[in-house]
Amino acid sequence: MMAAPSRAQVISLYKMLLRESYNFPSYNYRTYAVRRVRDAFRVNKDVADPNTVERLVLEGRQSLALIQRQVVVGSMFQAQKTAVE
Amino acid sequence: MTSCKILGGRCPSPAHSGAFYRWRRAWCLPPAESLPPSTMLSSGRTASSRFCWPLQRLCPRLSWERRAAASTQRKELIKKRDLVQDELRPLYMDFQATTPMDPRVLDAMLPYQVNYYGNPHSRTHAYGWESEAAMETARKQVADLIGADHREIIFTSGATESNNMAVKGVARFYQGKKRHVITTQTEHKCVLDSCRVLEAEGFRVTYLPVQPNGLIDLELLEASMTPDTSLVSIMTVNNEIGVMQPIKEIGRLCRSKGVFFHTDAAQAAGKIPIDVSDANINLMSISAHKIYGPKGVGALYVQRRPRVRLEPLQNGGGQERGLRSGTVPTPLAVGLGAACSIAQQEMGYDHQRVSMLANRLVQKITSQLPDVIMNGDPQQRYPGCVNLSFAYVEGESLLMALKDIALSSGSACTSASLEPSYVLRAIGADEDLAHSSIRFGIGRFTTEEEVDFTAEKCIQHVKRLREMSPLWEMVQEGIDLKSIKWTQH
Repeated sequence: MMAAPSRAQVISLYKMLLRESYNFPSYNYRTYAVRRVRDAFRVNKDVADPNTVERLVLEGRQSLALIQRQVVVGSMFQAQKTAVE
Repeated sequence: MTSCKILGGRCPSPAHSGAFYRWRRAWCLPPAESLPPSTMLSSGRTASSRFCWPLQRLCPRLSWERRAAASTQRKELIKKRDLVQDELRPLYMDFQATTPMDPRVLDAMLPYQVNYYGNPHSRTHAYGWESEAAMETARKQVADLIGADHREIIFTSGATESNNMAVKGVARFYQGKKRHVITTQTEHKCVLDSCRVLEAEGFRVTYLPVQPNGLIDLELLEASMTPDTSLVSIMTVNNEIGVMQPIKEIGRLCRSKGVFFHTDAAQAAGKIPIDVSDANINLMSISAHKIYGPKGVGALYVQRRPRVRLEPLQNGGGQERGLRSGTVPTPLAVGLGAACSIAQQEMGYDHQRVSMLANRLVQKITSQLPDVIMNGDPQQRYPGCVNLSFAYVEGESLLMALKDIALSSGSACTSASLEPSYVLRAIGADEDLAHSSIRFGIGRFTTEEEVDFTAEKCIQHVKRLREMSPLWEMVQEGIDLKSIKWTQH
């Protein structure tokens, strides 16, 4: 079994997720992604069990790949900005 | 009697010859008929249609003419047009009409739109097998959301089809023994129209009235059930006013009387926890595009034990246990499955956020505007659907003024008609309040800024429109509008 991810790895994943989320061209998707990533890390900040941490980090990596793909799709079909931006 | 300058000598309303007309002239507005449609702003016509409404009882023919005339004008009141290149998009605040697709749903669907294009019913090759596996996973995800077995889920084209199948299917299958169906007056049009069709086929249908808070009266429901009743169809969350019917109690009642219970959960599934076995639901309709899934797909839950049987609407290849023939659209089914599984995971998070935003919106608007009425029960409701009536302001004019916000005065299906929403009439709202209602839909992707912007614009325009309204002026002067007799004959 793989060793549990270190604190530095988790923080780096968090930063990558946030950075990628900011790239969503759509205002609503962008704000949602940023908010959701933040809240998910906040809720799980005290998780100590290495297995759970490992599972969560894996989920985070999959989310990162998903966000990257969807940012590309979104930027191919951009629309006008909304009235609040 | 002075003759009316708007309707000619036929109009008995003093409003059209007296204060109202003077008021209109003070604003330099020509009579309604000579105005080009684009300048037919709000208050002038609003007030004139409202001043005239007591007429309708007096002379139906006249009211019909006016309605016809008004509806042609109405069509042009909110003009359809495309956004130009650099124009700002309106905010989306109509999450009851449809929702944007979640990027996670699209991500799940794309492979089936691109490489895995097999027919899920093909049994002889890998293309079919992989599509079938994806479809079955999706079925499982839908079933898990509502606590059902995966064999009880039937993919349809949406909640309208599910509702049609359930209402007509069950009634027709059991028509030899039972020929009575119960529904409510606030159901979605597709349920009401299915019931009309059943009536034409000789079934007896009871359209239960609802209480002023939008909820049904359980005693009345029990009293309406007869040994002849085969089906009760009551929606879980209303699409216009957001009230949540007591489905557990209804389910228990139906079970005790041996009547099948169908619920239209298009606005509820994935947003509030529902368990079909816990609530004794026999049939349930689900729509994908209300829960951040793709448009064009939905599901019908049909209980297996005790078995609910229905006559299919669509015959053919025998897919979906023969209840809904036709190839299942794999990408859409996968999208529905993904949407359901995300909704299940995110239900708590989303609900908390939607409640917070809805409170924020209602708080802001009601703290700054008097005479704002929230339609529907304040407690038994889904918070993401806020239906407010702004007294003395016409909903349509307000919608026009709020062009930066995508809102609607009610259901998208009926938003084109002049009639006030039948749901609001069913809860006993006054005609003018029903005309002045707006539905705010809040969802997963709504932000605080959008809510603040909406509240601010709303307050600003309601204040402006009220200042233009003669009714508002009279209310400020302390005249009780109800005490005025517009027709003095």
